[in-house]
Amino acid sequence: MKSSLTFHKLFVGLLVIYLLIPLVGTLLFSIAGKWDHTILPESYTLKWYIELFQDERFYDAFRRTLFLIVISVGLSVVIMLPTIFIITVYFSKWEGLLQAAAMLPYGVPPIVGAVGLIKLYSAGPIQIAGTPWILIGAYFITILPFMYQGIRNSLRTLNAVQLVDAAELLGATKFQAFRTVVFPNIISGILVSTLLSVSLLFSEFAFANLLVGGRFETLQIYLSDKLNSSGHLTSAIVITYYSMILLLTGTVLKLTFRNKRNPVGSK
Amino acid sequence: MRKIKKQKIYLLALLLPFIMFVIGFEIGPLVAMIKNSFYADDGIQVTIDQYLTIFKSEFYLQAIKNSLVISVFSAITSVIVAVIAAYSFTKFSQKIQNRLLMVTNMTSNFEGIPLSFSYIILLGNNGLFTLLFAKIGWDLFADFNLYSWTGLILVYIYFQIPLAVMLIYPSYQGIRQQWKEASSLLGGSTFSFWLRIGVPVLLPSIVGTFSILFANAMGAYATAYALVGSNYNILSLQIASLVASDVALKPQLGSALGVLLATTMIGAMWFNERMMRRVRRDLR
Repeated sequence: MKSSLTFHKLFVGLLVIYLLIPLVGTLLFSIAGKWDHTILPESYTLKWYIELFQDERFYDAFRRTLFLIVISVGLSVVIMLPTIFIITVYFSKWEGLLQAAAMLPYGVPPIVGAVGLIKLYSAGPIQIAGTPWILIGAYFITILPFMYQGIRNSLRTLNAVQLVDAAELLGATKFQAFRTVVFPNIISGILVSTLLSVSLLFSEFAFANLLVGGRFETLQIYLSDKLNSSGHLTSAIVITYYSMILLLTGTVLKLTFRNKRNPVGSK
Repeated sequence: MRKIKKQKIYLLALLLPFIMFVIGFEIGPLVAMIKNSFYADDGIQVTIDQYLTIFKSEFYLQAIKNSLVISVFSAITSVIVAVIAAYSFTKFSQKIQNRLLMVTNMTSNFEGIPLSFSYIILLGNNGLFTLLFAKIGWDLFADFNLYSWTGLILVYIYFQIPLAVMLIYPSYQGIRQQWKEASSLLGGSTFSFWLRIGVPVLLPSIVGTFSILFANAMGAYATAYALVGSNYNILSLQIASLVASDVALKPQLGSALGVLLATTMIGAMWFNERMMRRVRRDLR
């Protein structure tokens, strides 16, 4: 029995090391001064970060990524919330259709989506290929499965249909029922899927590269462009970028954990 | 009666933006791609030539084969590692299990361009390990080339493992201690418990996880792009260069390849759905 626990420890230990090595390596490389022929760097420096944070291009790319994320996630929340609410509460016979539309992006990778989007928007009445606007549409669809699942699950755990019935019985209008009863109770559930979507779009490269490329340089495009320049500087970008992702997913994990312990509505 | 009808129309109007987005950016592009795949290179003549070209061309068949091989191989390896790792996880205290899950969750976000870059600085031509191994004199790595099939597979496995662990781990929670006790009370050994109860219970989620990982690798683009550029012949890179590169645009051929890729992936997802229904009866 004891020997088998040793095996588990060894296996998990190796796995954790394997998973963390690339990250630790990149982190060390980003703060290494001189590092040629030793296991650990000979000297450490923050100059790569200083160089990075003085690069106008980095800030511009960051701003563009942020712009795309805010618009597409914002649009998604504003559009999906009423859509899912209306369909679950008033047109429940269409739920299957909604689900199919919402889950389809799982089976269609960006590389495939981009083929059709280029075809559709590079000629004809709406020529938005090569502009950020096409990315916003593509991103809306990319995050659709997450937003859908998050919102639908919150509505389900809340028993939204019964709550709205009750509110209407007490004389509230549909809009009032949604705004004062349903909405406050699902915010935290939506927050989780929103943050997930944000971190997903942060790391989106395929659409950005295929649909727009260098014409609207996002963080990922900037990074891929820097791949061939100084390794130290690129490491600093990777670590900065990854810290942001960690911050986002960390918050998601924390929120999910809190929601589990303290289910929605029990405040 | 009329009031209700009027209300319904308002509600339907609120659904319009969603319908527009779905048509404009989800269904529309798919239909456009499928339609486009049935045109000749001039975009006028209707034909199935594009598909014939693919199935007659050694080059594109090779791309499909390479993608399939790399996806199957990385998915199988990751599933095997994940099945053992997730089981090992359950041997630790709850607190450590949560920590381990956090590590897998965090590393599962390390993918695409940043991941490829990380591998380049570790194992690339002037990578830290490459230089270190050369110095120590480990011949094992002398022939290793990150920008090749081996390198690609190595990186694919890296981003698949955390995902596989996270997908398989929950299904171990479904195996109750009581089942093991019942089985041993009835005279079963540990081996026969796993053979007759454990593995059959896990199997649907293992197969389902495999199909998700397979699809994940088939559609992967950023990682391969950053690592091998267009030097390596895999499906996603070929599609990209046919529809969005500076040279030799052949959108119709790219569309046909896109249709094939999407069919494979939707097939894999459908298969996963079937498997999940078997595990979780509560999904209806």
